[in-house]
Amino acid sequence: MAECHPVGFQWVMEAKARGAKIVHVDPRFTRTSAMADVHVPIRAGSDIAFLGALVNHILTRALDFREYVVAYTNAAAIVTEDFQDTEELDGLFSGFDPESNSYSAHTWRYEGAEAAAAAGQRDPSQTGAEEMAAAGKAAREGGQPETAGSGGPSVPGKPERDETLQHPRCVYQILKRHFARYTPEMVEQVCGISREQFAEVADILTTNSGRERTAAFCYAVGWTQHSVGVQNIRTAAILQQLLGNMGRPGGGIMALRGHASIQGSTDIPTLYNLLPGYIPMPHAHQHQDLESFVAADAGTTGYWGNMAAYTVSLLKSYWGDAASADNDFCFDYLPRLTGDHSTYPTVLAQLEGTCKGYFVVGENPAVGSANGKMQRLGMANLEWLVVRDFTMIESATFWKDGPEIETGELRTEDIGTEVFFLPAASHVEKDGSFTNTQRMLQWHYKAVEPPGDCQSELKFYHELGKRIRAKLAGSNDERDRPVLDLTWDYPEHGPDREPSAEAVLREINGTGPDGAALSSYTALADDGSTACGCWIYCGVFADELNQAARRKPGREQSWVAPEWGWAWPSNRRILYNRASADPDGRPWSERKAYVWWDADAGTWTGHDVPDFVADRPPDYVPPDGARGPDAIGGQDAFIMQSDGKAWLYAPIGLADGPLPTHYEPPESILENPLYGTQHSPARGRIVHPANPLNPDQSEVYPYVFTSYRLTEHHTAGGMTRTLPYLSELQPEMFCEVSPRLAAERGLVNGGWATIVTNRTAIEARVLVTERVRTLRVGDRKVEQVGLPYHWGVNGITVGDSSNDLVHVTLDPNSHIQGKVGTCDIRPGRRPTGPALLEYVEGYRRRAGIASEA
Amino acid sequence: MSNALYGPVPNVAEQAGYQDPPPRMGFFTDTSVCIGCKACEVACKEWNLVPDDGGPLTGMSYDNTGALGANTWRHVAFIEQQVPARQAVDLGMPGIGAPGAQTAAEPGQDADIRWLMASDVCKHCTHAACLDVCPTGALFRTEFGTVVVQEDICNGCGYCVVACPYGVIDQRKDDGRVFKCTLCYDRIGDGLEPACAKACPTDSIQYGELDVLRARADARLAELRADGEAGARLYGNDPDDGVGGTGAFFLLLDEPEVYGLPPDPVVTTRNLPQIWQRTAMAAGALVVLGVASFLGRRS
Repeated sequence: MAECHPVGFQWVMEAKARGAKIVHVDPRFTRTSAMADVHVPIRAGSDIAFLGALVNHILTRALDFREYVVAYTNAAAIVTEDFQDTEELDGLFSGFDPESNSYSAHTWRYEGAEAAAAAGQRDPSQTGAEEMAAAGKAAREGGQPETAGSGGPSVPGKPERDETLQHPRCVYQILKRHFARYTPEMVEQVCGISREQFAEVADILTTNSGRERTAAFCYAVGWTQHSVGVQNIRTAAILQQLLGNMGRPGGGIMALRGHASIQGSTDIPTLYNLLPGYIPMPHAHQHQDLESFVAADAGTTGYWGNMAAYTVSLLKSYWGDAASADNDFCFDYLPRLTGDHSTYPTVLAQLEGTCKGYFVVGENPAVGSANGKMQRLGMANLEWLVVRDFTMIESATFWKDGPEIETGELRTEDIGTEVFFLPAASHVEKDGSFTNTQRMLQWHYKAVEPPGDCQSELKFYHELGKRIRAKLAGSNDERDRPVLDLTWDYPEHGPDREPSAEAVLREINGTGPDGAALSSYTALADDGSTACGCWIYCGVFADELNQAARRKPGREQSWVAPEWGWAWPSNRRILYNRASADPDGRPWSERKAYVWWDADAGTWTGHDVPDFVADRPPDYVPPDGARGPDAIGGQDAFIMQSDGKAWLYAPIGLADGPLPTHYEPPESILENPLYGTQHSPARGRIVHPANPLNPDQSEVYPYVFTSYRLTEHHTAGGMTRTLPYLSELQPEMFCEVSPRLAAERGLVNGGWATIVTNRTAIEARVLVTERVRTLRVGDRKVEQVGLPYHWGVNGITVGDSSNDLVHVTLDPNSHIQGKVGTCDIRPGRRPTGPALLEYVEGYRRRAGIASEA
Repeated sequence: MSNALYGPVPNVAEQAGYQDPPPRMGFFTDTSVCIGCKACEVACKEWNLVPDDGGPLTGMSYDNTGALGANTWRHVAFIEQQVPARQAVDLGMPGIGAPGAQTAAEPGQDADIRWLMASDVCKHCTHAACLDVCPTGALFRTEFGTVVVQEDICNGCGYCVVACPYGVIDQRKDDGRVFKCTLCYDRIGDGLEPACAKACPTDSIQYGELDVLRARADARLAELRADGEAGARLYGNDPDDGVGGTGAFFLLLDEPEVYGLPPDPVVTTRNLPQIWQRTAMAAGALVVLGVASFLGRRS
């Protein structure tokens, strides 16, 4: 965190100054480790084994916050008899289809919650028994799991419960059995972490959780970049639920995003499978009309039950007066999914020639995405490519100076891609907002005019829309209506006719029947009387004021600082904060008081905006058949969940199992010590000649490598390798190795090394450092090679891209690539030109992989 | 020994001739909270328009700017140290064999790693030898008690370079003149804090009135010592030290030498009065001797 988020890390330092214990778990010793009380070096890709052992530690010693667990999690829910755990199936859950390598979630369901299934599923493909086999595949292809960004996927009805947690099929007991084999000894065997150090971490975590204390998990996106990325986070979520650390001050799980406002770009998504506010993108075959689309949720319990209002208001903000009840509010205008259109399948489509055009905006896939060769080969096979960035990044110049030009795999004169480079304005050259990991929007104003032809994204897309609309003007073709009917009338100002960013924010906020800005999403209606560009952002322009622009200093307001920026939803700073009070509505402790029930006033109150129905008493029991928010019981703290509970066990919604399970990374030096199943069975495989995986436990590739960032550079380097003051601070690509590995391979500090995988070989300077520890994993010594991924061929400082080494294997839920692989490392520089291909081919032969080249 | 060039000075600006000067301003750099982000280096260069002078990778941990110099006015040192392994508390976990016999230490694993980071800067000495030896008056003492070079007056003689006991002030190649930290003289006069302190995310670099900073540093040191940080110490805070105390002082976690700082710096002009005294005596003696020799000839 100090390494990649030094500014945010100041708060960790403040916490430390106030007595917080900092534990840092990371394969490498970073600037964060230097500040931590404990650094735990871990074998890359073994997180679930470590976290799972912490779960087991808590369960076997009954260290869980029992009152919290029973009231607010699904620990008491009973799971159907059909469910079989990895314990019974040697690493598989029930419902696995080996043909499609995917799961059906049917057998994972709650007992007693099946009755309403037909009406209550967000994903219709997971309803009828006959469709179950295809469910995992559909979830993957339709990208449905990601739609749980604001609350989980819904389960029909409420499950049977055993509040004593003794029923053998209750979630608590299933959890206990599932994690029983995750012992400290196993952590030594899998992660290379000693029992003593494990015990120390377990002690710090558990003694800092409970009524009086809370513990927080912070992770950077490296944790998500595994074939089990989502399950890594899930394991942390299980820990935080068992320890009562969710919905309470000082608790939670903080995702530190890859760069500024990535939270914002999922809220108002740049993802193919989401609409604003985590409304799923409709599917071409499943969602023929608005009713069938919304029906998936309209009957369910919790706040997702109001999806019709959110969706209709969104359609009204898109198409204004053209959207009416008569034409389904233009629901047919929305694009539809036909399959998985995420990044890597899109690259495959480019290679196949079916994807012909590509916008690359603020991203540098030639350097920043896994397996850079696939990315560049894909872009070389397009008809046109638009790159919007500050400088000529590698993704804009691969056709003349990419590594494949050097090796002769591509020839400039053969590449037909027409590349348009359009210079972009930076954040200081335009108005706008950032949304951080706390879901807080902070407004920034333009400080200087963009230089030359540089344009803001807002200006560019507004202009693009205007020109396309001008070209289509007068068209009678039905298919042009969605573009022509768009509300595209943003006010412009200044000499460059810059569209007003605040007008866009106001549109996102939404307006009521009188045209005034709305103040809360609870005011949204499904009759077309309200318009709202993103329901969770409703209120950001309340009282016609840009609430995100508020900058009242912390010393002039309460410690929660509600008047600094604005957080969705409804300016809540901590989600699910009903859980900060006990089931009766009293704070768990004075020290951790946050929101509570004021019985006299008959309302929830406290330091933050209560995340609950304001006047719903703690003892409220919803009547049978209640729907939407009316079905939320007085103790259902997790109001976005259809059962009101945090999920220790996920009965639906995940493509790779209801509970986290340790599998070895897709390339591994070890045999999975926990199960006969070596890899995550549902992992997203990308089969292509440019993406050959190293065989497991290969003598040719005896080392683990992982990639990461440095403070001095930003992601794929487009913003930093071009700046002299930053380039001089980390002037060359390097790798980090332990003294033992350096001795084993003859590597010299400051010298060169070549790192090889079945994909390619790269060269890097060598830093020999004690900060990279030799791990003792079981009875063997494991060496890890650390690789920053910032470099490419352009800029002031140039070097090979470590992402060229990384294979593409995806998490089946999020479609995110991994960042762990195996490699060889040798002293000296790599061969250049066509000799590089021969060199890698030699490795492939020795590793027993027949090349198709 | 005490003279105008050595020893404690209660008000350094007043001594330099300012009437009713503002309080002496300085830096307290608390290296125990430095995260090595180098924002200070970049902010300094941005504000002061200091040129980049980046070379190839040094191979010295994450330090690629090497040392303070004409083009590096803030420099973050990275020191990788092996320290004795911290004993994890035995919590009576179930294990095999006798307690303590479970894990024989690996070579290289019986030691823990410590990564010290420290942002170095011009010390703005109470007795600044660079200033005292400057023949052109390019170096001067500001009303804030800081030491600043005026680049339009400096003639590049380089006397100050050898005079600095810390090796801070430096000549810019292909220019010849000397450059160093000004403690952002152009900012602090407007009530702004220096660029490095402004950019520091963890308040490792603190700017303020020197008296206030010294008191704060004493409290921080006591806190760290109480936490068992036995190696913690202040560096440059003592008005009785060889340079009369520094305007920019540090909290270190180890010996100064570990950070590349001189352990007991002494202002190189300390002995100037005696040198002149003795030179005068020697000259006097020579005169006496000369006169005597003539007297002798007469006899």
